[in-house]
Amino acid sequence: MTLIQTSDDSFAMRLLLIEDDRDAADYLRKAFREAGHVVDHAGDGEEGLALALDGHYDVLVVDRMLPRRDGLSVVSELRQRGEATPVLILSALGQVDDRVVGLRAGGDDYLPKPYAFTELLARVEALSRRGGVPASETVYRVGDLELDRLAHRVSRAGKDVPLQPREFRLLEYLMRHAGQVVTRTMLLENVWDYHFDPQTNVIDVHVSRLRSKIDKGFDVPMIHTVRGAGYMVREGLR
Amino acid sequence: MRVIPRGVTRLMRTTAFKLLAVYLLVFAVFSLSMIAYVAWHTRQLIEAQVAENVSGEVRFLAEQYRLGGIQRLVFAIDRRTRRPGSSIYLLTNFNGDVLASNVSDLPLGLLDAAGTRFTFYRRSEETGAKENLAFVEVFMLPGGYRLLVGRDVEERDTVRQMVVRPAQGALLMILILGLIGGFFVTRRVLKRIDSMTATSEEIMAGNLSGRLTVDGTDDEFDRLAHSLNAMLERIEALMVGLKEVSDNIAHDLKTPLTRLRNRAEEALRHASSEAQYRAALETTIEESDSLIRTFNALLMIARAEAGQARDNMVSVDLSAIAQNVAELYEPLADDQGLDLTVEAEPVSVHGVRELLAQVLANLVDNAIKYGRPADGSRGHIRIRLRREGSEAVLEVSDGGEGIAEKDRERVVERFVRLDASRSRPGSGLGLSLVAAVARLHGGSLAFSDAAPGLRVTLRLPALAAEGLA
Repeated sequence: MTLIQTSDDSFAMRLLLIEDDRDAADYLRKAFREAGHVVDHAGDGEEGLALALDGHYDVLVVDRMLPRRDGLSVVSELRQRGEATPVLILSALGQVDDRVVGLRAGGDDYLPKPYAFTELLARVEALSRRGGVPASETVYRVGDLELDRLAHRVSRAGKDVPLQPREFRLLEYLMRHAGQVVTRTMLLENVWDYHFDPQTNVIDVHVSRLRSKIDKGFDVPMIHTVRGAGYMVREGLR
Repeated sequence: MRVIPRGVTRLMRTTAFKLLAVYLLVFAVFSLSMIAYVAWHTRQLIEAQVAENVSGEVRFLAEQYRLGGIQRLVFAIDRRTRRPGSSIYLLTNFNGDVLASNVSDLPLGLLDAAGTRFTFYRRSEETGAKENLAFVEVFMLPGGYRLLVGRDVEERDTVRQMVVRPAQGALLMILILGLIGGFFVTRRVLKRIDSMTATSEEIMAGNLSGRLTVDGTDDEFDRLAHSLNAMLERIEALMVGLKEVSDNIAHDLKTPLTRLRNRAEEALRHASSEAQYRAALETTIEESDSLIRTFNALLMIARAEAGQARDNMVSVDLSAIAQNVAELYEPLADDQGLDLTVEAEPVSVHGVRELLAQVLANLVDNAIKYGRPADGSRGHIRIRLRREGSEAVLEVSDGGEGIAEKDRERVVERFVRLDASRSRPGSGLGLSLVAAVARLHGGSLAFSDAAPGLRVTLRLPALAAEGLA
């Protein structure tokens, strides 16, 4: 039994971790490796920038406060040089305005410390362009589940499944990241566009309602609960 | 060696004294130029007067010569020289012999040309006295006679002295009096500032309840003291708040931390299987997550209270937030046996969307936890948003037990949890955040009886309705 639930085994990423705290960096390298990814590490902003510029990484994980060159400046420098690799910013500053500053600098996602590794892993995998479905795709298919983004229609085994608008967006997000773990906060952020802590299991109830519409009457479930992490849409049992 | 006493140097450094010095200097420069102008003008006048007198005498004497020849002229000059304070006269014939005169020591060649000029002379009866300056006119009479008439102009300088001296004296007096007056005025100002400084030092030393004296004159110092006192009031309130918070943190964060530690210790001592270790570690992670949540909530409240978020305020559609949050919580409420309905008029406020949504989520979350009727029947949570004049009024009401009147003030304090809720999950920070966000947005928070149940009313300043004008 592995400690960390991971997504499809076939899907391995090359990551660059720019983090000056040795303990945190060691822990993250080990954990990402266990999840099947390749990790390079840089201990300061300058080294990180140099590696990022010639390393061809899938995702960069950048701490906000770094020696020699701070994380936000690394990100904006990369963007100025036309480097479009997705970036996740880690920060001890977690307020809404800090987040806005981080994203404005060119970050694609922002995760305040302390975080659960499952949350970080899920977000990094969601950022990678290797997994999931290209955003340009108009019809998402997972097994016999089909979602037409233009017609706003969902069908399972050829039969229409009527969904509320929010349920549709929820399923759309889950299916775009089919095969990847999606956490509750990711759902709250991406489906509802809120970044607060809902305290109770509001998201779970929404997912279970959706699940009852999608999976009811079928032997093979599509929406899976990943314990301690979140949800995943994939065909069949794991 | 210190020549100037300490008090005086300090006085000279005050703003009031510097201003006074500058004013005095400017005044002195103005006065001096005025005196100089008056003196110069006086001198011009006197010179014109002298020239006029001299040329008048020349005309008179020339007339005497014309009427009675040289004898009459000499006679007239002699008579004139005997008058006290007379002009100076000199008459020569074509040989240069003096026919009539009351001067000696005139420069050579003075009579060579007609016209007016200045010259030094000495009167004949006072030889040995110092030479005086005179304004003279030389006139050629027919027959080779030369007539010189002049007037002493030393008295011109005397007149100038008469004007300038007293003016200089007055100026000096003004400067001295100004300095003395300024000294006393600045000393008074200095005294009040000193008392303010003394009070401030006392406050800095730790006596936060100290206040500056307001003497009721309503002058600049009084107004300054007033606003400084208001500032101190606010700082003291914040300090008291901070102390309360740190006390609360000490208690409410230490308790779960102790629990966390105990559990880990116990697992280390007693767990015998991997499954037991696992379970212990999982609860540890859960508890640290809830600690992190408490931390985040505390930070959020602190930020809202510090007012930093005001920079990020934009126009926020409160009705959209009401609809969104209701939609987010409706399935959960339904699961918990409560209906959740929303009636929202379109109202916008100037605010922070995330904070306002979090606030409403906290209120709805509370209503779901505590809003079920005591008899076990299905509950109903109502979110209402309406505009009342210039205010946006957001209400969340439920049909639960409500909050007793005596507790309504208390529930917004940090970590306060009423007895009825102690057994349920929660940090005791939800309503504190609501109150802090309400204050941040310049609004208010009130609790009332929904008979049965609790009604929470949040009033925020609304933006003017769009498209209605």
